[in-house]
Amino acid sequence: MKPENRWWVILFAIGAVLLIARWFVMPDGFGRAYVKAVPQAVDAENPDGRWVIYEQAPMADYLDAERTNADQSVYGPSVSRTLGTWIAALLTLFVLSFVIRDNPLYKVAESIFIGVSAAYWMVTGFWDTIVPNLLGKLAPGLLRDWAVPGLGDDQHPELAYLVPLILGIMLLWRLSPVGGWISRWPMAFIIGTFCGLRLMSFLHADFLTQIRNTIVSLYVVDNGSFDAWQSLKNLILVVGVLCCLVYFFFSLEHKGLVGNTARVGIWFLMITFGAAFGYTVMGRIALLAIRIEFLMDDWLWLIDPTNKRLLAEAAGFFLPLFGMG
Amino acid sequence: MFELFRNIDRRWIFLMMFLCVAVPIFVIGKYKTTFPEKPLVLATNVFNEIDNLPDGSRVLLAFDYDPGSEGELGPMATAFTRHCIEKHHKMYFIALWPLGRQMIDNAVNRIIKADFPELRYGEDYVNLGFKAGNEGVIKVIVTDLRKLYTTDSRGTATDEIPMMQGIENIQQMDLVINVSAGYPGTKEWVQYAVTPFPDRIRLVAGCTGVQAPLLYPYIPQQLPGLLAAIKGASEYESLVMAKYGGENISGKYLEAQRRMGPQLVAHLLMIFLIIAGNVIYFVERRRGVRQ
Amino acid sequence: MKRTAPLLIASIAGFVMIVAYFIPRTQTWGEDVSVWFDILAAIAFILGGGNLLRVQLKKISDRRPGWAYAAITLIAFVVMLTCGLLKIGSHPNEQHPAFAWSGTYNQTGTPFWWMYEYLIVPLQSTIFAMLAFYVASAAFRAFRAKNVEAILLLGTAFVILLGRTAAGVFLTDFIPSDVLIEDPTFMQHLISTLRLENLTVFLMDIFNTAGNRAIMIGIALGTASVSLKILLGVDRSYLGSGED
Repeated sequence: MKPENRWWVILFAIGAVLLIARWFVMPDGFGRAYVKAVPQAVDAENPDGRWVIYEQAPMADYLDAERTNADQSVYGPSVSRTLGTWIAALLTLFVLSFVIRDNPLYKVAESIFIGVSAAYWMVTGFWDTIVPNLLGKLAPGLLRDWAVPGLGDDQHPELAYLVPLILGIMLLWRLSPVGGWISRWPMAFIIGTFCGLRLMSFLHADFLTQIRNTIVSLYVVDNGSFDAWQSLKNLILVVGVLCCLVYFFFSLEHKGLVGNTARVGIWFLMITFGAAFGYTVMGRIALLAIRIEFLMDDWLWLIDPTNKRLLAEAAGFFLPLFGMG
Repeated sequence: MFELFRNIDRRWIFLMMFLCVAVPIFVIGKYKTTFPEKPLVLATNVFNEIDNLPDGSRVLLAFDYDPGSEGELGPMATAFTRHCIEKHHKMYFIALWPLGRQMIDNAVNRIIKADFPELRYGEDYVNLGFKAGNEGVIKVIVTDLRKLYTTDSRGTATDEIPMMQGIENIQQMDLVINVSAGYPGTKEWVQYAVTPFPDRIRLVAGCTGVQAPLLYPYIPQQLPGLLAAIKGASEYESLVMAKYGGENISGKYLEAQRRMGPQLVAHLLMIFLIIAGNVIYFVERRRGVRQ
Repeated sequence: MKRTAPLLIASIAGFVMIVAYFIPRTQTWGEDVSVWFDILAAIAFILGGGNLLRVQLKKISDRRPGWAYAAITLIAFVVMLTCGLLKIGSHPNEQHPAFAWSGTYNQTGTPFWWMYEYLIVPLQSTIFAMLAFYVASAAFRAFRAKNVEAILLLGTAFVILLGRTAAGVFLTDFIPSDVLIEDPTFMQHLISTLRLENLTVFLMDIFNTAGNRAIMIGIALGTASVSLKILLGVDRSYLGSGED
């Protein structure tokens, strides 16, 4: 066995031992999910609802309900969600395994992610935008009878929407091996609109307004007296912006006065980048924290910060493995 | 020792990072305590913007993020929603990110349906859902909301929803709250909504750490309040809970404050690593000079 | 025709957006173009999915290395897509129970929702979470205080990292704060700023704002000039090589 592979075996063995130990420490197991049956479309004809939706419920609610009435059928364990929790936990570990070394488990997780993400985007684009905003404009009657019965009766076909329909078909032509030029028309439309949108917004919000925001008083008077502190802050701000702009001005050689000003500009930029680094670190750690919290809370039941299983710890119920949902 | 540290396998650093995050999560999760929070001016501004609105104001909540940034932004979204509920504001949820739709569902299921079941869909809150087009969507809804949102996310006609009566565009909102993970996000809301209509649209935002420094130039003229990363979320959360949390605050409303524990230890590790790296660098340089 | 028409389309679409910005009467033109743009953005999602399908199928049919992973991607894609497009397991809209297709595609409990909850959420969030490890490793290996600039960068990072946690407050708690002082003097402000949490705010509000504002102004000018070049047909790189 290669030394690298030996490490993997050891790692898996430790993981398995820990999981089994966890099972014995927590006699009712762990990583189980519970649901609550919520009747939907309740009306006079259907007092119990036409159908039932199973919503995620804390285990504590289930135990509470069981204690009150052992025959209750509102709360129960969920096989599909328990399985889901385990799959989610394993996939989390598969992805994390990449930090040790690239490996087939990571690649499997990555492949699944690419597939489901692309499908999610496609489904969302279709049902949330194409159906209501394109089909709904071209054939509102059809849509009313099919998928969006709530669409207003006053909606009539708007033929102008043939333009995005045709452009859309031309865009999809990109998938065809011939006639690549056809998709250039919709691409040109997208790029042209994007440029038009950006040209004005960047000039207005990021150029003119930023200049306006930088025109501040360097002699601040507060309650009739000179506010030295605010004046200093404003001065640093204005000097900083000007020095950085000088640094970005490449038409002049950075020598003499221009060079010195640009150097001060670099110092300001370095502080800016330092701040960006600090905040980036902060963000990344928070993202790791939520994953570890998931593993410890939802999967391993090591912690319970939101009191999902408070009663279980106190009472030590024997919990059925299979149930509703 | 020096040689050992100089040639350390990066996987040991990964393990250190893992432990620095995992151990505080375990300890805080077990003992359910958090660090005291001292809210600074930007978080206080966000709180005041929402709190000073008259009860029952119209608030647009734009959830432009996805599970990839939920660790930072989820607690903000929770706190924003809770705050709006406490103020009896009418909440209009929308998303410019495809997965933002799920983030709205999370807020609705975890907070509104679970803890405030008395709130009625269509009267107290509405989920307008996701639309593709990034800033193109903002550009349209600032002047004509119904041109894009003919129905809500459930397929109910916009005209049939009581709280949508008389809403022509988002200039009629009393406040826009954006939870932003990148593009499109707070920058686009500032560019396409606030800047062209500075007197009509007011925006506060919560954003990721990566974005936060880039948004500072908009403060305060174009963006009066900003929650920057998990720390901003924690400050704001503590303000909301201090005023509206009551005696027994559920753990789901303390998520950001809990996360400041691993944050602290991991930040200290980062500082240690930078110092250690530099010590190695200077020792090596000195040895190099001697040789 | 193959090149002139796209140039014209781009220019007209772009200038309509610009004109709509200035002339209220033309505002609806701008809205229409934006709505069409939004619809095309949604169609681009389908294009993306189609492209993924094509690439993966090719990989499998050519039996290229790693084709088994392509098969996994393909299966995940097709299953999720089918469940979503056909709204499998979805109940109708409560107000319209007679219309089978009127429910939402991502209803709680549907297979589509399940795949979102237990595949997309853990995978996406863990992939992003991994960056925490790499940022730590990079900090150890790459951040060297070689010169003034690097020291400024590192110093700021230190202040932010400490100042945005309880450690910052704890370490500099002995420095008097100006918050409770009525009408503080310049020196009181200055001393109070040395508290790490206040220093963080000071650096962010003044230095970071100055630096980022200059960058923002530069990017705005760059964006405006590139946009104008495209709309005027000076920059035609988006049309490709023009071989077909």
